[in-house]
Amino acid sequence: MLIAIATLTVLGLAFGLGLGWAGIRLKVKTDPVVDRIDALLPQTQCGQCGFPGCRPYAEAISKEEADINQCPPGGEAGIRALADLLGREEKPLNPENGEEKSKTVVVIDELRCIGCTLCIQACPVDAIVGAAKLMHTVIESECTGCNLCLPPCPVDCIDIVEVETGIRQWRSPRPAEQQYLAAAR
Amino acid sequence: MAQPPASRTTIPGGRTMNYADPVEIAREAGKHIHHFHGGLRLKHNKRISCQVPVERPPLPELLVVPLLQHAGDIAEPFVNAGDHVLKGQQIGLCEPCAAVHAPTSGTVEAVEDRLMTHSSGMTGPCVVIRPDGKDQWVELKPIKDVLNTSSDVLIQQLQDCGMAGLGGAVFPTHAKALDGRERKIHTLILNGAECEPYISCDEMLMREQPEKIVLGARILRRALGAEHVVIAIEDQMGAVQKALTYAAECAECKSISVVKVTKIYPEGGERQLIQVLTGLEVPAGGRPSDLGLVCQNVATAAAVADAVLDGKPLIERYITVTGNGIAQPRNFQALIGTPFSHLVEACGGYTGDVARLVVGGPMMGYPVSSDATPVVKAANCILALTQKDIATPQAEMPCIRCGECSRSCPATLLPQQLHLQVKNSMWDEAQEYGLLACIECGCCDFVCPSHIPLVQWFRYGKGQLRQRSIETQATDLARERFEAREARLLRKKQERAEKMARRKQMLKDKAAQRETTEKTAGGKADA
Repeated sequence: MLIAIATLTVLGLAFGLGLGWAGIRLKVKTDPVVDRIDALLPQTQCGQCGFPGCRPYAEAISKEEADINQCPPGGEAGIRALADLLGREEKPLNPENGEEKSKTVVVIDELRCIGCTLCIQACPVDAIVGAAKLMHTVIESECTGCNLCLPPCPVDCIDIVEVETGIRQWRSPRPAEQQYLAAAR
Repeated sequence: MAQPPASRTTIPGGRTMNYADPVEIAREAGKHIHHFHGGLRLKHNKRISCQVPVERPPLPELLVVPLLQHAGDIAEPFVNAGDHVLKGQQIGLCEPCAAVHAPTSGTVEAVEDRLMTHSSGMTGPCVVIRPDGKDQWVELKPIKDVLNTSSDVLIQQLQDCGMAGLGGAVFPTHAKALDGRERKIHTLILNGAECEPYISCDEMLMREQPEKIVLGARILRRALGAEHVVIAIEDQMGAVQKALTYAAECAECKSISVVKVTKIYPEGGERQLIQVLTGLEVPAGGRPSDLGLVCQNVATAAAVADAVLDGKPLIERYITVTGNGIAQPRNFQALIGTPFSHLVEACGGYTGDVARLVVGGPMMGYPVSSDATPVVKAANCILALTQKDIATPQAEMPCIRCGECSRSCPATLLPQQLHLQVKNSMWDEAQEYGLLACIECGCCDFVCPSHIPLVQWFRYGKGQLRQRSIETQATDLARERFEAREARLLRKKQERAEKMARRKQMLKDKAAQRETTEKTAGGKADA
């Protein structure tokens, strides 16, 4: 009887210590759910969801402070992926946040630019280069198409353009789906 | 790149087995003939286009040279409308791809978007040249003394001459050579196993210009630093073997061997041919250079000989014009940019019931909407099919999971599984099941009793996987830049706060100091 109690106590202590050690040593610093939600968001950093960037929106979703249908650039596919990950119901995009559009980028009309640096400060991904009173330009490959640089521009020299879809961007189309039933009859 | 230890190979089930170094085994390439999984025995239909010797067609009225002919980016054009160009003059270049050249002398009519020879059927930038009929060459820079030329110079010459693999993938030859040299290649394999039905341009080339192929093989071997050359041909090409062996003997080149392989489609595929010659599989996602091998088409070798010894850039190629829709099927040595319609005319035109024009063979080719599309470096065959050829025997039916597709797959994939995954957009699973290893040979399509267009699904799926990887890269970049910016803004804010705190402290200190001095001054005055 005593031996049994002693054995269980020792075992309990040993496992307790082990778990305690593991709890400190192997602690996950960031919330893994936030990372996984963030990985599904399009990283446009446009703020259309009402949060200042994709990561803050991911944090809000994980705390259930925001719904999963507030990201227009992610669109239906993004909502579906989020619903799959979180085990929630799929729902249509909230129209208050905007509508799904094809990807665009912005270009600065360099003749009209006065070099005020306001757009540089607004760009969430540092995709605009330039200096005060000098010409600015957009690094196209780094522009996410968030259009946050448009409102601050005092001379309206920034234009939205569709991303080029040339022969290099072409992808094989989805084959037509067959209606088997009709054929089977 | 780190190589796994060669002598230990993990086999399914977690056991490890000791094998000899695969690179060492690959040295024996061609000594024994092995087999690859699956494949089909197809009716060849090659003889109809081999009846007459290869000729150059008359000069067409207009040549349309696309600026996208290689794997890689669109070339930047050097010329403008109205310029006069000479035959062989460089008209476009894209680093690090191969250059594009004018196929004949004449005037540039336009640099504009025209219909490309591409499976998308889209338009793209082309240089349109109206020949002046003089066929006047630009000054060529041949390398006469190959034996005393360094491999760097040879490889540069290949790039300047716009060399690209003429087997169909049009990978720039100089890039392959550079990679091969870096990876210590021991054997160069020349692929003359033209396995797809109807196509006979490589066979005709090997019959008519075996010396040139042997010369090209020797130049490539020197550029690569390889030891052996294996020329693989199909077992029904008896005359070709004699011609090539004789050419190799004349050149007193003992390290060139000509090997016959059995005709099973798609043994002309790079990976399948390597498996037949060495018994080894090129790892998925890897390259033949992992085994110490480099594979080039025989037509590429002949073009290399022209490029180095004569300085002639790649401006023409052998092309087969065949099919039941062509009056007199045959092979041509056609200039790049010649419209298909011109070649068909030189063959005596179409027969009445032509229904579809395909670039490439019946298994791996793609249909084009118009015969105005030009000959490009990648085009080895123009196939005109009749209504009878393309009629589907039966409508598509659901998959019955018979497994015929996996038995025929030369890449040992599971097409029925992949089909399901691609159809339901299960991209991660499809990638895990090796969708990207699909060579789009069409064997599964051919044997499917339900007539499911499997290859079309796999082409779609591969495109989507590529698109996804590009998008993931872009989002990762955006995330990184966003986080870096947030960190910078936070740091600036902290710095500013610190500065403010310091200044406040300084003012406070100053005020305190003034107070004490005033006090002492006051005290003194009181005293």
